Amino acid sequence: MPALKELEEAFFYSKKDKEFQRELRHLQKTYIGRPTPLYFARRLTEHLGGAKIYLKREDLAHTGAHKINNAVGQVLLAKKMGKKRVIAETGAGQHGVATATGAALKGLECGIYMGTEDMKRQALNVFRMRLLGAKVTEVPTGSRTLKDAINEALRDWTTNVRTTHYVLGTVFGPHPFPVMVRDFQSVIGREARRQILDAEGRLPDYLIACVGGGSNAMGLFYEFLKEDNPPTPPFSKGGKEGLLDKDIKMIGVEAGGKGIETGEHAARFAGGSIGVFQGCKSYLLQDDDGNVLGTHSVSAGLDYASIGPEHPFLKDAGRVQYTYATDDEALAAFELLSRLEGIIPALESAHAIAEVVKLAPKLDQDKIIIINLSGRGDKDVQHVAKIKGIEL
Amino acid sequence: MISRITKTFKRLKKEGKKAFIPYVMAGDPSLERTKEIVILFGECGADIVELGVPFSDPLADGPTIQRASERALKNGVTLRKVISHVKDLRQITRIPIVLMTYYNPVFKYGEENFIKDSKDAGVDGVIIPDLPPDEAEDFIKQSRKAVLDSIFLLAPTSTEDRIKKVTKASSGFIYYVSITGITGANLLLDGSMDVLISKIKKYTDKPIAVGFGVSTPMEASAVAGLSDGVIVGSAIVKRLHESPDELKHYLISLREAIK
Repeated sequence: MPALKELEEAFFYSKKDKEFQRELRHLQKTYIGRPTPLYFARRLTEHLGGAKIYLKREDLAHTGAHKINNAVGQVLLAKKMGKKRVIAETGAGQHGVATATGAALKGLECGIYMGTEDMKRQALNVFRMRLLGAKVTEVPTGSRTLKDAINEALRDWTTNVRTTHYVLGTVFGPHPFPVMVRDFQSVIGREARRQILDAEGRLPDYLIACVGGGSNAMGLFYEFLKEDNPPTPPFSKGGKEGLLDKDIKMIGVEAGGKGIETGEHAARFAGGSIGVFQGCKSYLLQDDDGNVLGTHSVSAGLDYASIGPEHPFLKDAGRVQYTYATDDEALAAFELLSRLEGIIPALESAHAIAEVVKLAPKLDQDKIIIINLSGRGDKDVQHVAKIKGIEL
Repeated sequence: MISRITKTFKRLKKEGKKAFIPYVMAGDPSLERTKEIVILFGECGADIVELGVPFSDPLADGPTIQRASERALKNGVTLRKVISHVKDLRQITRIPIVLMTYYNPVFKYGEENFIKDSKDAGVDGVIIPDLPPDEAEDFIKQSRKAVLDSIFLLAPTSTEDRIKKVTKASSGFIYYVSITGITGANLLLDGSMDVLISKIKKYTDKPIAVGFGVSTPMEASAVAGLSDGVIVGSAIVKRLHESPDELKHYLISLREAIK
């Protein structure tokens, strides 16, 4: 608890600290490579024959995923707090790579926890983290995936709390993590809103993102959730009523795994109930006795039993709609985007694309969709080859 | 009404003794075996028994108790079964029993039902390491009404504010976590515990029991000198599996060390 209090104070102080914000913006620009482009996916749009599809290219951020936005922010904060070491959990390996990168950048010691199962699926990222100087520790307990890596990171944190900051990778866990991670990721939506206004002169009709813990989705959605954003064109003849952010439809896509009916999935809204886990209250895949169930997804980054607590809030408020894509649908979308656009998406992001494959053809051609392409798929190439029975 | 745990500490204080509180994971490897162990604890002079409830994600526990939890879950042991097991135990022993469970099983059970069923079964107190008092207002109110002790944790990093809050919220005793870390880690006797326990005593007259990391009789004796009771968990669970024949002797040596 004292560690959370200390973190909360440091975080809220940093928000007002001009020097901190200047350094963060400078690193976003010169190190992460922001702003990331908003790309009009012409061939995908033509192929699906409906709404115009834009991709927010977080896959082009340094280290290949949106995770770096949060990792650099938190590592900067850790440094300001005088911590000598950072630790992190990782599922797909992207957050681990991002944290190891931030630690190298700022000269901090780095420890990464990763489930045995995920280490197998993401061997390439394990090697990347080690190259970056991080100590990667295998977590062979429980379901041997992301949730167990979080348990182990939390155990490390309680043990070494005086010298160590825990860089939690998603909008989950105890306060202030959900708020803080959302804040560091909200740069995605801020840029996307400006970029779509530049490109189309108006707001999009849909925002779509995959949801594991939910940080890339919160990062894209958050700017569009603000109620005080002024109306945007096209204005009516009187020049008053323009488009409002509140009219934008937002969809979060969870991992449907092998299908909800099989029980092998990570669709918390479709198959879970409210629980209290790892420091927050949210939807949770659990049995009748409150034990957390094992999950399954082809993508390690979505393979998690709970979801950031702001997502249930947005769902209950009717603001964001949640659906899921199965492993097979995601794999098909992974190949489709590769062939049509020359962009290999992360398997996580492929879930968002899978939803658009279903949705876009049903919409008129003057509608606009923005997909958060949260990460690149290089890390998944080996795994996908294996699924297809191809030996590399 | 005074709880059985409070009575126990009062009696010990009068006799100039310290509490010996051994821990066992319910259902590891079977509930039958757990019953035997609880009886053995009593025979070896335990004052209070801490009974672990298995959970899929035991965040505060080290590898020894994590594995115990996995074994118990594999045997289908649940919070519900542990509570009804306490009811069985009450046919044969009156030793105070404290449940150590994580919060989600309690949440799923329903706080009110959990408190009522635990009390009816003969449970005396509850430790929920991932429920801070800040979030436990209702739980504390209801458990006070039922005279079920709610025991909260303090750690070496706890601030004065925290100490105030936890000492106020706790009943029965206060659980002082001797290390920053998880159960079964190495104990460090460097004098800092002394300082912190004196700090806690500034705020409360409630008994303070120390746990996490106590493993040898020598450590138990040192810790007993600073506190009102000693909790031993991982070291017992380990012996229970690795060298069950030595368990009785080990428990007796702990009992003798805690004075």
